[in-house]
Amino acid sequence: MSTDRLRSPLGRALGLGSAKEGVEHWWVQRVTALALVPLALWFVATLIGHLGADHAAAVAWLRSPLTAVAMILLIIATFAHMALGLQVVIEDYVHHEATKIASLVLMRLACWALGAAALFAVLRVAFGS
Amino acid sequence: MPASRPLSPHLQIYRWPITMALSISHRATGLALAAGTVLLVWWLVALAAGPQAFALAQGFIGSWLGKLLLLGWSFSLFFHLANGIRHLIWDTGQGYSIKAMNGSSWVVIVASVALTVIAWVAGLASMAG
Repeated sequence: MSTDRLRSPLGRALGLGSAKEGVEHWWVQRVTALALVPLALWFVATLIGHLGADHAAAVAWLRSPLTAVAMILLIIATFAHMALGLQVVIEDYVHHEATKIASLVLMRLACWALGAAALFAVLRVAFGS
Repeated sequence: MPASRPLSPHLQIYRWPITMALSISHRATGLALAAGTVLLVWWLVALAAGPQAFALAQGFIGSWLGKLLLLGWSFSLFFHLANGIRHLIWDTGQGYSIKAMNGSSWVVIVASVALTVIAWVAGLASMAG
């Protein structure tokens, strides 16, 4: 959803309205939250069903196409939602500008790294032999 | 940077409305969930890595520390989920009366505790059976 189309052409041309960009953040946070309701509940339920599974059973669980796709969606939604949530926390509590910027960047990079690692793990198992 | 000026005590003095307690808890549980996601990624990577790495991860989760962290994380998940739905309802414009605010606060608390208990009872039963 492009938030630029919320402005009138004249408003855009005159540069009217808030100088900051907040609606995109708000919207993505809500969409990922909505996605996470069923995904998180499913995740808890499936974990409970497979507790104490040995490695072979765990691999079989993750290799199932439905499970793998759900996990991929869960990972993407979780890290997107998490990055946005952590962003507002850092913005609220870190007042030293340089420290704030550094924290925001590091946090976002960490979320990308963790997300990539998690996705790789899922795909590795799903496509493995 | 402005000089630090003394602040009169307030958090230890004024009454905590339940809405205020839930609001900061939503943030606190969000942070706890974010921290726990690191361990979740470790678990997934261990699963993809092989039986030995996975056994190590499973072993940690089964330890008393692992179980304690999992309890805290699962409660955080259910609380953040329940209160998150409350936020989504607010986004539609509903539930802003004092009565609704206080009522929904209690619904969130009861739901979080209930879901945590149900999940753990189901989990322990699934491990025993």
